[in-house]
Amino acid sequence: MTSLFEEVAPSEDDNIPVRRVEVRLNGERRAAKVEPRLLLAHLIRQGFQLTGTHTGCDTTNCGACTVLFDGEPVKSCTMLAVQAHGHEVTTVEGLATASELHPIQEGFKDEHGLQCGFCTPGMMLAAKALLDHNPNPTEDDVRWALSGNLCRCTGYQNIVKAVLWAAEKLRDADPGAAEGGDE
Amino acid sequence: MYPSRFKYETPSTVEEAIGLLHDGGADAKILAGGQSLIPMMKLRFAAPGTIVDINNIPGLDYMRTESDGTFRVGALVRHVDLERATELKDSQPTIAAAAHLVADPIVRTRGTFVGSLCHADPQGDWASCMVALDGSVVAQGPKGRRTIGVDEFVKGPFTTVLAPDELAVEAVVPKAQGVRSGGYLKLERRIGDFATAGVAVAIERNGDVVSRAGIGLTGVGSRTINAEEAAAAVVGQPLTPDTIERAGDLAAAISDPRSDHRGSADYKRHIVATFVTRLLTSMQPTREQSTEERVA
Repeated sequence: MTSLFEEVAPSEDDNIPVRRVEVRLNGERRAAKVEPRLLLAHLIRQGFQLTGTHTGCDTTNCGACTVLFDGEPVKSCTMLAVQAHGHEVTTVEGLATASELHPIQEGFKDEHGLQCGFCTPGMMLAAKALLDHNPNPTEDDVRWALSGNLCRCTGYQNIVKAVLWAAEKLRDADPGAAEGGDE
Repeated sequence: MYPSRFKYETPSTVEEAIGLLHDGGADAKILAGGQSLIPMMKLRFAAPGTIVDINNIPGLDYMRTESDGTFRVGALVRHVDLERATELKDSQPTIAAAAHLVADPIVRTRGTFVGSLCHADPQGDWASCMVALDGSVVAQGPKGRRTIGVDEFVKGPFTTVLAPDELAVEAVVPKAQGVRSGGYLKLERRIGDFATAGVAVAIERNGDVVSRAGIGLTGVGSRTINAEEAAAAVVGQPLTPDTIERAGDLAAAISDPRSDHRGSADYKRHIVATFVTRLLTSMQPTREQSTEERVA
């Protein structure tokens, strides 16, 4: 298979050392040897074969490649894979359990929060970061938190509804959480 | 897209980072938030031979207000840290107003305040705030530390006076000489786009009289513009509709925008005048407030 992961692997004739990267990816310890210029998005997609993380614009605009890095949303096309060494990374594959969708995923399903689905993984992780900080978001809070993620189907209305749906479901499941948030 | 090859270093102290910068010469580059550097490397606008990643250096993520009121921001403070610091609304109103307008929410979790100053993009929001606040950058090199005023720090577009072996370790906002007010307004076509125009205002007052004022302009010239004359127009007297209008006109006059797809040069100048006027007007005390201040 030809992939970017292999393309940027070190060649014999140059002295750029490869680095060993260990990350906790969706709760699981994973390791890889990478050249420093490999991007986190490439490591996730080509290296670890988790293709739920999408690369859209590849220029830090669209947010399709958003993953959680130690709980904060980051654009994985704008971080080096080596920077993730020793850190926790959550991708869309880490949201659901074997038997159950995450409430955010359920919300996207129930409220028709996706059309082509390309932006969806990034939207859901940005939404997760919002709800982790603020379990009681207003519609404005949701729109603001998702303003770094573009949907080219322009389906924003239902994406916002989906996140508000998930917020309510999470509050119902854990009424105590609605009191505060993490701060 | 991926960057061209580079050597990747992860120092654990500032001194080690400076040593690596020294060894790398002009070909070495600091990686902090990377939200401008990595896109530029991917587009091959930048191709540094050595990347010195400072993210593993402990003790650079502080932001604190000293007992005398001086505000210090370490090199690893992210935009989101400033956005979440609700206490800044009173002590640093200009910075608090700009924090949630920088880039987009996801970029803000990585990008750094000091890194944004060092990037010296004429579109940078923080440089305008720091110009308005008469702030400075502390650079550390092999020979020690020096403090550089932001206005002097930025030489031109994407160029600063930092030596290749100097690391900007913190940004400093001096203490206020009176009661500080401030704000930041930015016009952008959509969140994350470059500013059509942006204006940072900071004033300090004793009673009603403005004792110091600063106005910084974003995206309307080949560098961050220090609208000194506009700021001087409101100093030494209380804010009045006349002085405010004059400040707006002078700020528009010193702007040097280009006509482009974001708007004509005239339009951008008009925005600058409007924003300066709007910000200063919002800082005018209401009749009740000014009476209270006099009683106090």
